[in-house]
This record gives sequence, structure tokens and C-alpha cells, in this order.
Amino acid sequence: MQQPPTDLGNWLVVWPIIIPLLTAALGIMARARIGWQPVIALAGFAATAIMSVALLAAVSANGPLALTMSNWPAPFGITFAVDMLGALLASVATLVAGLVTVYSLHDVDTAARRHGFYPLMLMLLVGINGSFLTGDIFNLYVWFEVMLIASFGLIIIGGSKEQLDGAIKYCFISLLGTTLFLIATGLLYGVAGTLNMADLYRTVQTLSADTSLAIIATLYALAFGIKAAAFPVFFWLPASYHTPKFAVSAVFAGLLTKVGVYALIRTFTMVFPQGPGMVFEILTVVGVATMLIGAMGALAQNELRRMLGYLVISGIGMMILGLALHTPQTIAATIFYAVHSILVITALYLMVGTISRMAGTTRLSELGGLYSASPMLAGLFLVLVFAVAGFPPFSGLWPKLILVSGGFSEGAYWSTSAVLLTSVLVTIAVGRAWGLVFWRPAPAGQSIQILDRATWRTMVWPAALLVGAIVLIGFFPVMLFDLVATASLSLADPSAYIGAVLGSGP
Amino acid sequence: MVEAAITLVAAALYAGSVYLLLSNSVVRLLLGIALLSNAVNLTIFAAGRVTGEIPPIIPASLKVPAPDIANPLPQALILTAIVIGFSLFAFVLVLTYRSYQALGTDNANEMRVAEPENPARPPVGY
Repeated sequence: MQQPPTDLGNWLVVWPIIIPLLTAALGIMARARIGWQPVIALAGFAATAIMSVALLAAVSANGPLALTMSNWPAPFGITFAVDMLGALLASVATLVAGLVTVYSLHDVDTAARRHGFYPLMLMLLVGINGSFLTGDIFNLYVWFEVMLIASFGLIIIGGSKEQLDGAIKYCFISLLGTTLFLIATGLLYGVAGTLNMADLYRTVQTLSADTSLAIIATLYALAFGIKAAAFPVFFWLPASYHTPKFAVSAVFAGLLTKVGVYALIRTFTMVFPQGPGMVFEILTVVGVATMLIGAMGALAQNELRRMLGYLVISGIGMMILGLALHTPQTIAATIFYAVHSILVITALYLMVGTISRMAGTTRLSELGGLYSASPMLAGLFLVLVFAVAGFPPFSGLWPKLILVSGGFSEGAYWSTSAVLLTSVLVTIAVGRAWGLVFWRPAPAGQSIQILDRATWRTMVWPAALLVGAIVLIGFFPVMLFDLVATASLSLADPSAYIGAVLGSGP
Repeated sequence: MVEAAITLVAAALYAGSVYLLLSNSVVRLLLGIALLSNAVNLTIFAAGRVTGEIPPIIPASLKVPAPDIANPLPQALILTAIVIGFSLFAFVLVLTYRSYQALGTDNANEMRVAEPENPARPPVGY
């Protein structure tokens, strides 16, 4: 009984995964030709970006899309199911990773290229896109591991003592986190009998009396909390994210923690929408603690990349709180904040890389006077300061506004006040950083190196494009908010997603 | 009965791995990771309900499998988990060796290159 093969147009769901995979393989085959590596990588990123934006347009127009591998019937085959949330995050991740690769043209040296920097960046994107586009929870584990091992390779390129130290801390706890994910998945399979997320939505509803669901849900929260850097398991992030090359730091801080947040969102809207046990209460406390401790940690840091690491953690806390309050409005705030955070955090890390190249250091105690060296950099950094603190008119205002108004209308007064307090602390931290780095006169003995035009272009323009996107979202949030609202509503009512998945295939 | 035995073994492996993972020495962390992956694989196996010894193949005379075949899905999950586990373990093993060469210590508490003991405070004024 032969089935006709799925025609090429339906493959749109998996092109964002296949293209970087093939490009990475091409890059490894051409590993002796170091000059070809950036060209191959940038071509791969460009093609993937086109495909992910096309996927976003298709999902916008037609609703959720699904494709089951080998054309097997849906709960039995592995399904790739894309709704607005997955398509939006995959597009943003691809575009941001592409910009970081442009930045890395002048950041990574020949030795790093010889060790496979570009294929590893492509494989990281494969893991990230795979996580966002899959519809099967065990397949999510597989993509998490692909992303993990690519990140292991990237964090260690360069081989300095700091990197090895950071890598030990990062690798062991990430490995532990994904193994906890696997344990929870095994137990969930034992309870529910299926691993397809759409099928789990229906099956878990019939099992609501089963007490083991509370344990499984909490285990998932812990596993994804380790990945997303939530309290109290976030200490690996300030221990490791400031050690690798600046481009690698940027893509890690911008993208990897958001994959953890995405997994939390997907699990607690599709698999456990009622939050068995006290999971949502626990996540509320976790969110509030994460955001406050992240902000306070940022105030205490002297090294710029560690300060940014704590700002990442503080943002994660807000996203977890939005998920834990669990109304369509607060989940929309979480998704909006995720997109905003990807853009802002990546741009901040890229700026810090440029600052380090110009001034030779990233310590606040040794920096100063960069305004006279480059007013443009100071202006861009100021926009980012406003954006990360949540000030109008930039993109940070809108998700915080939606979250706070959603939280107050839910009656969650203490946790929403924590959001406001965190914003104050974050403002102090980043405002002080801007003042110390750019505004104050240079400390004695500091020499600022002016970059040549080619280096300047590849280092500053990616960050400038991200800042442009932040300004655009700040002034015209409706465009992004429409997508985010569609995503949040389709999470609240996944019948279109389930119809696409379980109706696909023979 | 068999499931109970498998679960007990998995529990013992979990206990051992947690003890090792809480250790200072990175080599013990490695052993903890190895035990943990084995424990997880046994858990998935037990979760799939150890049914029969009949292989999951449809005999030539039937159209559907016999009702009490061995469950193939957990076996597929375990194979995937084994492969992922040992490749990650191989990486972490080499990382440990290389970091021992570079940092000179096996004790995670003494590895303070990335996070120094008393870091400089940020400036309090201009």
C-alpha cells in the first residue's frame, strides 16, 4: 500500500531545521577551507531566515501547520507542529543568530574557525529551531540535546582557563537538567501512554485524578527551570556565560534560556494546562524570586558580562511569572517579553563585545570615557538601557505593561509589585553601567583603540539593526502584539493545533 | 514482579548517582552522570510496562500484532537516550581531563578562575 510522498511545499514546517543541518554538514566537509566557512554559514543562515519567515507567514495565514514524519498517522509518528508561538520564536531566533554570525566575522579568529565555530553555530540553530517546531515531547528532548552539545562545543572554543572553568559548571548542570527532563518524559509516558503533545492534551485531561501528574509536572518545571535559569538553579549562568567569545555569549544569553522558557510555556499550556498539584503557585514564587535576585545580582557586578547575565535571569523571572499567572493576557506578556528579551540581550552582549575591543576591558571599575570615542555607540547603548529597564518609548515597556495590568486584574498584587520593584533595580544597574562606561571621564592610564571601518561595520551594524528593531517595536507595538495575541489565544484554545496534528496523515 | 525489581535497581542507581553528583570532585560527578543515565534508562523501561517476551513483530498469519507483545516504544526511547547519554558523557569526560590539565585541580570548589573569590566591587561614584 504505497502512499504518495508529501509534496515539497508542506516541508515548510521542517525547512528551518533541515537547511542549517545540511549547511553545517557542508561546513564540516569544507573544514580545511577556512575562507569558505563564513560564506557557507551566512548563506545557510540567510536561507533559514527566509524559510522561517515564510513559515511565520504561512502560519499567520492558515493557522497551525503540522507534518508527521514518514507520513505515519499522527499519535504514532513524530509530528512537527507549528503554531504562532513556535513560528514567531523560530523566526526571531534565526534572524538573531544570523546577525550574531555577522558580528563574529571579526570576533572569532582563525583558530576558532578551524575548530568548527560556524558549523557549531548552525547546529545550535538546528537544535533551537527543532525545539520550537516540534510537536512531540520526546523529540523536544532530542532537540534540547542537539542544542546542548552544540553549546558545549561553542563554549569551549578558545580553550582558556576561564572557559574550561565555566564549561565544567555549565556542562554538568545542563546535562543534569536535560536528564531530569528525560526522567519526567519517561514517567509521563508511563502514565499517559503517548508522547505527542496534541494527544497528551486530550489524554491528560482524562487522567486528572492521577496524583503522579503533580510529581511529573514539578519535575518538568525543575528541568526546564534549570535550562531557563530560574531560582534556585540559575547559578550556573553567572558562572559560565561570561567566559566564551563575545559572539557565543551573545547567542547563548539571547537564545538558549528562551528555549527553556518556551518549553515551560508549551508544557504548562499543552500538557498540563490545569497545573496539577501546586505547580503554578510554585512557579509564581520562583518567578518573583528569580526576578528580584537577578536584579539585585546585577547591581553587585563589576564585570559587564556578568551583570548582563543577571539581567537575563531577571527577565526570565518575569517570563515565568507571566506563565504562572496563567491568563491569556499574562501569557501574551511572557511571549512578548521573550521576543523583546532575545533582541535586547543579544544587542547588549554584542555592544559589550565592541566595548571590550575598543577599551580592552569589560570591568566597570576600569572603563570610562567612551562617549568621546564613539557617540553612536553611546546612543545605541542608551536605547538598550531604556529598553531593558522597561522605559518608554522602547520595546521594554509593552510586555511589562501587559504583565502588570494582567497581574493586577488577576488580583496578584504582591507578585506584580515585585515586577515594578525589579524594574527600578534594573534601571539603577544599567543606568549606572551606562554612566560609568560612557559618561564619566576616562580613568587614568586607559587607552581607547579606534576600530577600523571594516571591523566597525561588522561589529556595530548587527547591534544597530537589533536596536532598530527594538525602536520599531517600541513605537509600533501593534504589529508584534497581533502575532503575540494570536499565539497566546491559540495556546489557551489549542483546538486548531490539535486538529492540524491529529488530522494530518492518513 | 519484574517491574518491581527493575524499579528497585533504578532506585539504587538514582541514590548512588545523587550521592556522587553532590560531590566536590569532578571525577565523581562524571561517575554520577553515568549512573544517572543508566537509572533513567531503566525508569523508561519500567514505565513502558514490562509485558511479555513476544517480539513486536506481526506474524505472517495475522493482520495486527498479538495483544501481549513487548512494547517497542520505550525501547526506542531508551536507545535514543543511551546514544545521547554516552556521547555527552564522552564530551564531559574529555572536558574534565582537559580542565584538570589546565586548572590543576579536580575539586570544583577550587576552580575559581571564572568566578574569583573576592571580586572587585563596582565603583560607587564617578
